[in-house]
Amino acid sequence: MYGARGWAVICLSSFIVFVIFPVLSLATPQDSAFHISQYWVTLLGKVMCFAIVAIAMDLVWGYTGILSLGHGLFFALGGYSMGMYLMRQIGREGQYQSDLPDFMVFLDWKELPWAWWNSDQFWWAALLVVLVPGLLALVFGFFAFRSRVKGVYFSIITQALTFAAMLLFFRNATGFGGNNGFTDFKRILGLPITTPETRMMLFTFTAFVLIATLLLARWIVTSKFGRVLTAIRDAETRVAFCGYNTVHYKLAIFTLSAVICGIAGALYVPQVGIINPSEMSPANSIEIAIWVAVGGRGTLTGAILGAGLVNFGKSYFTQAFPEYWLYALGLIFILVTLFLPQGVMGLLKKKT
Amino acid sequence: MTDNANASNESGGFGHIATEGLDTTHGVVLYLEDISVSFDGFKALNKLTLSIDVGELRCVIGPNGAGKTTMMDVITGKTRADEGSAFFGQTIDLARYSEAEIAHAGIGRKFQKPTIFEYHSVFENLELAMKADKRVRKTLVSVLSSGEKDRIAETMKQIRLNDSADRIAGLLSHGQKQWLEIGMLLMQEPRLLLLDEPVAGMSDDETERTGELFLSLAGKHSLVVVEHDMAFVEKIARKITVLHEGSVLAEGSMAQVQNDPKVIEVYLGR
Ligand SMILES: Nc1ncnc2c1ncn2[C@@H]1O[C@H](COP(=O)(O)OP(=O)(O)OP(=O)(O)O)[C@@H](O)[C@H]1O
Ligand SMILES: [Mg+2]
Repeated sequence: MYGARGWAVICLSSFIVFVIFPVLSLATPQDSAFHISQYWVTLLGKVMCFAIVAIAMDLVWGYTGILSLGHGLFFALGGYSMGMYLMRQIGREGQYQSDLPDFMVFLDWKELPWAWWNSDQFWWAALLVVLVPGLLALVFGFFAFRSRVKGVYFSIITQALTFAAMLLFFRNATGFGGNNGFTDFKRILGLPITTPETRMMLFTFTAFVLIATLLLARWIVTSKFGRVLTAIRDAETRVAFCGYNTVHYKLAIFTLSAVICGIAGALYVPQVGIINPSEMSPANSIEIAIWVAVGGRGTLTGAILGAGLVNFGKSYFTQAFPEYWLYALGLIFILVTLFLPQGVMGLLKKKT
Repeated sequence: MTDNANASNESGGFGHIATEGLDTTHGVVLYLEDISVSFDGFKALNKLTLSIDVGELRCVIGPNGAGKTTMMDVITGKTRADEGSAFFGQTIDLARYSEAEIAHAGIGRKFQKPTIFEYHSVFENLELAMKADKRVRKTLVSVLSSGEKDRIAETMKQIRLNDSADRIAGLLSHGQKQWLEIGMLLMQEPRLLLLDEPVAGMSDDETERTGELFLSLAGKHSLVVVEHDMAFVEKIARKITVLHEGSVLAEGSMAQVQNDPKVIEVYLGR
């Protein structure tokens, strides 16, 4: 799958996230020069979640040529699935000391809505994280691909989908906390969620999922299945005339991609401590596409790199000049489209 | 091989039709009857009737806009006929299947404009086209057997691209792309090949070798060749069909159609 150099990079990165980070964050005193603060653990943890999303996006866009502008929705659905469990883990420690989540008490609800069935079980939450985005992608993709919706039309209807979902989730009656969403989490799997140890656990698990996703994606794109996907991107009719049912292929990769996004969302929520409908805003999904474009479509390393560069840039920018981030992002996108069609990876390849 | 046969049997639900079962008892591989297609009232095909025998090499000629490409579109499921029927063998009603299913059933098509996978290597292009179980879960775990590698190598030799196995297809010359596309068709092991202007853009030398290739394929496969290059047609043709305004104007040997007054009228009269 990878050459010696590729594996060396993966091993080195694993060593950093699995050994150096935990040691420097947990076993060094706060005032030591080597100490890694919670800020950095959370930031890198977040960026790794985005990198997972970027890989998922690259599989459908970079490799298969389907520009989905609704991937933020799948991410948010994974996040909400996990968020429901985290809300239930609060137990009676909420403001109203009720068994029900605070927002339900506030709305004067007497019992959990049906969608919250079994939501106090972790395994159930984990199942929803995979099933909700997966099934939605499967059903939506089935109708879109079967009706041969392509190109910019597909992008537009995916934007509409995430926008519609956002409006739905904004409503209190939908039963997921309205515009405040879920927050004030206390525990995960019974462990207090804000301690450095729990955070490091979430961090290393995210790193593990990122590496697993990368290897899975790599395996896919180097298989014959992956070659069919790129062939669909370049000449879909020819693929059909070779005897492949392209609808099945597009559906398979779109659904897998949505599931991966859902998992990333589920890892993201306990680390940042909040999920609300703004995660479903159309702009969020566009941002995902920008990460991939910046890093380089059609290379997995590029997707990770793009997510990293843009998001570290964003965290710096939003502190230094908070109002200008969106302009900066737009500018980056225009510059990359005009001068770096293959993203940063294209630039690196040219150099070597 | 047995494994493949089983797979296609159990795959009824996936819409694959078994090629082994192609019924050509009357010696006819393709039969079009009274096919009409109109685009916004304009009749691109007008009660076209045509039959191709097993192992035959048929040339189809006709002025621009005669409906040659549209005919291929109808056969391969890209365009649906408004009227008439199209049968592959005795039993397969082409109107009922999708492009992929028709391809799988054994009809291969070369487009007027070469369409290959530009970012894949020559080898990979042939690999993707190769006859195999083409369902998602099979391609995920598919590994090339040595027999399959040999077949790809053989085809590369046949289309004279054996030195370019790892070459990215987009970098090939126009003529080489045409050949690669023909090679991809051969990898599908089709019973019937539809070739839309296969020698357009080829050098004289390449054209000549393409003619030889087609002649060697006839017999084992059935071929329908659409071409404007009359010198080429003359060299390979046994039976020629002349299409005009969406229906058959004349049919017969080169000498017969050349002397047919209707054909002369259409080609020279204006
Ligand atoms: N999708 C379409 N929509 C509208 N008209 C079409 C369409 N496809 C073909 N036509 C028309 O149908 C007629 C037949 O076209 P076709 O491409 O089959 O001709 P042809 O015999 O292949 O010609 P050429 O030798 O130029 O390739 C033409 O007049 C063409 O303009
Ligand atoms: Mg044509």
